[in-house]
Amino acid sequence: MCVLLSTQEMDDTVLSPEKAEEVKLKARFPHLGAKPGGSDLLRKRLQKGQKFFDSGDYNMAKAKVKNKQQLPAVTPAEKAEITGDHIPTPQDIPQRKPSIVASKLAG
Amino acid sequence: MAGAGGGGNDVQWCFSQVKGAIDDDVAEADIISTVEFNHSGELLATGDKGGRVVIFQQELESKNQPQCRGEYNVYSTFQSHEPEFDYLKSLEIEEKINKIRWLPQKNAAQFLLSTNDKTIKLWKISERDKRPEGYNLKEEDGRYRDPTTVTTLRVPVFQPMDLMVEASPRRVFANAHTYHINSISVNSDCETYLSADDLRINLWNLEITDRSFNIVDIKPANMEELTEVITAAEFHPNQCNTFVYSSSKGTIRLCDMRASALCDQHSKLFEEPEDPSNRSFFSEIISSISDVKFSHSGRYMMTRDYLSVKIWDLNMESRPVETYQVHEYLRSKLCSLYENDCIFDKFECCWNGNDSVVMTGSYNNFFRMFDRGYRQDVTLEASRESSKPRSVLKPRKVCTGGKRKKDEISVDSLDFNKKILHTAWHPQDNIIAVATTNNLYIFQDKL
Repeated sequence: MCVLLSTQEMDDTVLSPEKAEEVKLKARFPHLGAKPGGSDLLRKRLQKGQKFFDSGDYNMAKAKVKNKQQLPAVTPAEKAEITGDHIPTPQDIPQRKPSIVASKLAG
Repeated sequence: MAGAGGGGNDVQWCFSQVKGAIDDDVAEADIISTVEFNHSGELLATGDKGGRVVIFQQELESKNQPQCRGEYNVYSTFQSHEPEFDYLKSLEIEEKINKIRWLPQKNAAQFLLSTNDKTIKLWKISERDKRPEGYNLKEEDGRYRDPTTVTTLRVPVFQPMDLMVEASPRRVFANAHTYHINSISVNSDCETYLSADDLRINLWNLEITDRSFNIVDIKPANMEELTEVITAAEFHPNQCNTFVYSSSKGTIRLCDMRASALCDQHSKLFEEPEDPSNRSFFSEIISSISDVKFSHSGRYMMTRDYLSVKIWDLNMESRPVETYQVHEYLRSKLCSLYENDCIFDKFECCWNGNDSVVMTGSYNNFFRMFDRGYRQDVTLEASRESSKPRSVLKPRKVCTGGKRKKDEISVDSLDFNKKILHTAWHPQDNIIAVATTNNLYIFQDKL
């Protein structure tokens, strides 16, 4: 099953639909990794749920807060900031409420 | 007879029931994340993103209506997992139930394993339909009587009461997985089970929660060298020493626990050779296996990758014996499917009771059945429109070419937000459970 491309860039090359899709993708994201489907994607998958990238990130955020220490207290607005910008304390992290609502499947 | 017939022309599928809210505004917690029949098919469990488990029980067939199979009604519902935060690693741990697996029934109670990303729990579901009455020291409402007022003695008697179904967590298997658990599988020995995350597989004893054995570890010494992850794992249905695990690169490894304690060396490697001239950026992504299931016989296994379902004979590693295209028309849409992340959707697959038909989900609330014997396939839809009681489901067709026929739907009109990832087939009868985003459909064959 082949698709004839009619874009100006291509000569009369016949490509499989998959390769045609790849050309489309590279056109939109020219800097897409040289190792497709490899480490980048896998690492993203393994890191799901992470709030700080590593201890370096943690220390950077800590350093930022140190500089802000002129402010006496953390305002509620600051508490709502993304975690990368301030050190979260257990009280700050919005505890996701456990589901106290019964499942609608049981309704 | 039960289990006979397939997706071919001798079986007509009828709507039976639908569970869940009708409104289109779906709360995240209500997204169904797993569906599983127990070994007799009498119970049907669902897990959702909110960490809740709902168990349905099939009503006994009524003598008045022998033509109808029993309906599934709510039997028990409980909160299995709660959201957690790992302060040490700054990790949010979702309460979403990734998998439920039933244990074979050994006594009056039912047991199931449910897991989220990090913790597996063994739940006991038991019935109580009697309670003791006539205590000597307690009133009927529970208040203690003044012992000095007791002048006679009587023996408390069990009296019938309204059926109460209780779910209690009997074991919590925690802290054994650094990465996210994708599979659990109970061994045929009924004593052990495995849990698999992206890089490791652990073996547990159902009685012991404070230790587990690592049996597969594919973590490279240098994480920069990581090329593949474990995507699914399952024990063989009757050989207690054998299990398989699939990878993001489209391979399946079969391991024998008798060979060594650490099964990093596979006994068999199942991989279909790829035509290098066909390779594209998408090749590896769409070859990633999202589910692996042994046939009931144990002779075959089925794998699901993004576009197809493959049946493998355990005796032949070089290529699958059967390949079924689920939605080949998506091959020319891979660019947009990559951009909207749909290319990473993890579809599951299942066998019917006698391994003659396999089923898997697709988009637009379509699901597909492939009859291996008759070499026929059918596309059906789980929708409120075809939800009249006992109405026969009409086969659906996706139009790929230019000219769209009357009842066909064009590829560009498919709703990619309506995905059927989880389906289950009753172990003996032609009853199937199909989960859309937040509804559970039950279909039966026309009797």
